[in-house]
Amino acid sequence: MPLTPRDEADVTEAIRAALAEDAPLSIEGHGSKSALGRATRRERVLSLAALTGVTLYEPQELVLTARAGTPLREIVALLDAQNQQLAFEPMDHAALLGGARGDATIGGVIAVNASGPRRIKAGAARDHLLGFRSVTGRGEIVKSGGRVMKNVTGYDLSKLVAGSYGTLAALTELTLKVLPKAETEETLLLSDLGAEKGLAALRKASGSPYEVSSLAYDPQGDAAALRLEGPQISVTTRRDDLTRFLADFDGATSILAADESRAFWTRIRDAEPIAGEGVIWRVSLAPTDGFAFVERLRGAGAPIVAHVYDWAGGLVWLRLETVADAHATAIRAIVDALGGHATLIRAAADIRARVDVFHPQPSALASLTRRVKEAFDPRFILERGRLRAEF
Amino acid sequence: MSLLMPLPEQAIMARREELLARLRAILPAGNVIADETARRAYECDALVMYRALPLVVALPETVAQVSAIMALAQEMNVKVVPRGAGTSLSGGALPLEDGILLGMAKFNRILEVDFENRCARVQPGVQNLAISKAVEYAGFYYAPDPSSQIACTIGGNVGENAGGVHCLKYGLTTNNILGLEMVLMGGEVLRLGGKHLDSELYDLMGLMTGSEGLLGVVTEVTVRLLQKPVSARGLLLAFPTVEAGARCVGAIIARGIIPGGLEMMDAATIGAVENFQPCGYPLDAGAIVIVELDGTPAEVDHLVAVVEEIARAEGATETRVSQSEAERLRFWAGRKNAFPAVSCIGPDYLCMDGTIPRGRLPEVLTRMDGLAKLHGLRVANVFHAGDGNLHPLILYDASKEGDIERAEKLGADILRLCVEVGGVLTGEHGVGVEKRDLMGEMFDETDLAQQQRVKCAFDPQHRLNPGKVFPTLHRCAELGIMHVQSGKLPFPELPRF
Ligand SMILES: Cc1cc2nc3c(=O)[nH]c(=O)nc-3n(C[C@H](O)[C@H](O)[C@H](O)COP(=O)(O)OP(=O)(O)OC[C@H]3O[C@@H](n4cnc5c(N)ncnc54)[C@H](O)[C@@H]3O)c2cc1C
Ligand SMILES: Cc1cc2nc3c(=O)[nH]c(=O)nc-3n(C[C@H](O)[C@H](O)[C@H](O)COP(=O)(O)OP(=O)(O)OC[C@H]3O[C@@H](n4cnc5c(N)ncnc54)[C@H](O)[C@@H]3O)c2cc1C
Repeated sequence: MPLTPRDEADVTEAIRAALAEDAPLSIEGHGSKSALGRATRRERVLSLAALTGVTLYEPQELVLTARAGTPLREIVALLDAQNQQLAFEPMDHAALLGGARGDATIGGVIAVNASGPRRIKAGAARDHLLGFRSVTGRGEIVKSGGRVMKNVTGYDLSKLVAGSYGTLAALTELTLKVLPKAETEETLLLSDLGAEKGLAALRKASGSPYEVSSLAYDPQGDAAALRLEGPQISVTTRRDDLTRFLADFDGATSILAADESRAFWTRIRDAEPIAGEGVIWRVSLAPTDGFAFVERLRGAGAPIVAHVYDWAGGLVWLRLETVADAHATAIRAIVDALGGHATLIRAAADIRARVDVFHPQPSALASLTRRVKEAFDPRFILERGRLRAEF
Repeated sequence: MSLLMPLPEQAIMARREELLARLRAILPAGNVIADETARRAYECDALVMYRALPLVVALPETVAQVSAIMALAQEMNVKVVPRGAGTSLSGGALPLEDGILLGMAKFNRILEVDFENRCARVQPGVQNLAISKAVEYAGFYYAPDPSSQIACTIGGNVGENAGGVHCLKYGLTTNNILGLEMVLMGGEVLRLGGKHLDSELYDLMGLMTGSEGLLGVVTEVTVRLLQKPVSARGLLLAFPTVEAGARCVGAIIARGIIPGGLEMMDAATIGAVENFQPCGYPLDAGAIVIVELDGTPAEVDHLVAVVEEIARAEGATETRVSQSEAERLRFWAGRKNAFPAVSCIGPDYLCMDGTIPRGRLPEVLTRMDGLAKLHGLRVANVFHAGDGNLHPLILYDASKEGDIERAEKLGADILRLCVEVGGVLTGEHGVGVEKRDLMGEMFDETDLAQQQRVKCAFDPQHRLNPGKVFPTLHRCAELGIMHVQSGKLPFPELPRF
């Protein structure tokens, strides 16, 4: 039975009790991501699912505050009604990890710094977190940031908690920057180029003035996809300009109109092209290294079953056949040589207990990381072992 | 000066000669500045009210030298204050009499430009504008554009999370850097991020940005480059009152338009600007709003029409749309000259920097006016209207008895007002020493203790830029920081999985 505090005071009490007994707590929103991260023994679960409700939404100010357990679905619906959105496009994990679609909490989304294809233009989840309230692993209520767009008052702890997987503090309330939705969108597809040329086209487009908001290459359909968003007149002219700008690549061009375009990017966002049996990796690299990474991995004999490139080649999602180390050694060696990081997104618990799920760090960085954890949670009460075996 | 800095530690002052000798062993001869006259050049940053003579100025040229200086400082228990161009308006680079001033000006090279990955690796002493200049031949630029961009450095921009007119649409420093190299107190060199996006585990690069030189010394920055928009047009909108201008700003954003720039000036500033270097602003306006729209010509033309229509509906008395690049720049010229112009209408001014929820603007302006009257001073206003970042300029006369104190008190009252309406103490200039003692307005003891524990993780002895940002310094031990010696875990008996 998870502990389900009703308010921040309850959260504080639960964490203090855990401290007193030295009994680690797992934090969850809807628990949809329990299979993510290092495999840990989830003895006691602190669920934030009952801390729900949007406490402030001012569309004119582009700001929304919600309690951490508020379902993402609810926030998206509320924003939709005002033609606004979370511009970082949080991914839906259902295709990869199973479970029902749309079943995430806003706390969970921020805690994993989840961001989708528009990341390259609009920023990551962390860029949209203006402030938060939380209870740290010391059992203290700590707030940071604010509700305004520009704020350099004190350290930007929002950046630290975004992507911290619940290891620093239980987030209780989040204030997010929201943005207007584009009036419309279209996607330009360049087909039959092959991966190397297709990715080169994406990089060229990313350095164009046509404000392409997402750039993916799907080897399954051999299509380089470029999303344009904005007022209709702008989308139309930019699409024509962009088509001319990329004419040298000689690909077969086609256009996905608004609805098809939305469906296409939802599929990329949720990594659907690689769904299926096997182990799943997510690799972040310099865009020019995406293709080289996949080639070298193939060269090393790794059985890649499916892969897809997002972020103009800077993000590679991979599915491989299951082996004892989930191909961690091969993948990490290549990523280390190129610069970047690789995360094991899905593998059986015994594998996730054996290999590092998150990319290993050089020792000076690793010890600093650990001192930061200790600054919030010195007794390793929260999500012990989730990020690293040693904390 | 009314400001209290920690008293210089005599034990450190007494070892000055040894420190100089050891610094000279690390650095080339001319790079250790010990002479008093030469040190004077560093005694303050752009917050000139506060001055202190640094114990010594060190000008490293390589990362290895920075690392050696930091290790030496740690060993000798000496404080270090990093400095870029010294344009900080909050005293972030104010030297300490018992500390090394670490000037990063010699780190002035652009190391690599990588258009395909849309980034550049630069040293921290490179000026903000120099980055854009170096890549403009290929149509690129670096988006954050503080008004001080011809002088301030990218290292100082990281220190203060600097922003400018473009940041409403394109973000602040924190949203525009990909990687950092930094040196910790003690000398360890770390690399965070790179040419790829997002770090794993904790986002220490995000934390470093805006940390005002308290956590580490930045020795390299990888910045994102953007392609310049194909076209840009400006609108100059005049309103009878600041309230009407503020409503127009809200209405533009509510329509789903995020302009490339959105600035506002009140009557006092308009008058000062026209007096200083006339650029044709309407002198009878209560406020003017400058809007810049960028993108493809078709999009820009479309949006210009929409914004013009909104402005009329909100009661604009005049709407001008730039018909040429020269005219667009003329619209901006006054805004860019606002600070020097204001300094011509009063002998001195104090530039405040608070952010408020935009919707509270009319109320805040009215109350600010009341506060100014109460203190017997005048305030001129320019704002980054799109994001609620205010820069009230408090006019005073330093030669008049008590004026400085009055200006400081009014400034503090204005910042308290910002916090009271849901805003923050500083939008872009940082806390530094200027707003240090107001931190309690926004944060309680627990919040501040947690921030200082983060500092302890980086700099347990508080040797790096102490006396800035936090009103009182706590020892890390008082903050309950547990140190793990030689990698031994607390609770070794507990199972790890
Ligand atoms: C391996 C993996 C990688 C993913 N990567 C991406 C991605 O790159 N982009 C993307 O868009 N989406 C990504 N997602 C999807 C994203 O994780 C979910 O949208 C979201 O996290 C689900 O919310 P939840 O409430 O079910 O989280 P849960 O599964 O309950 O929790 C997820 C994590 O967040 C922590 N957490 C949850 N609530 C809180 C809280 N209130 N305070 C502190 N910590 C909390 C938990 O401790 C846990 O570590 C990924 C999912 C997985 C499984
Ligand atoms: C006329 C004028 C207009 C301004 N306009 C704006 C504006 O529009 N927007 C804005 O944001 N700011 C503005 N500023 C403030 C200032 O220019 C910025 O804060 C700028 O980022 C400071 O850069 P600098 O190189 O001068 O840094 P400095 O003043 O030298 O230092 C600033 C802080 O950063 C730290 N620091 C410097 N270099 C390093 C390094 N390598 N490693 C670690 N820490 C370091 C210092 O210790 C200090 O705390 C303005 C200032 C002036 C004088």
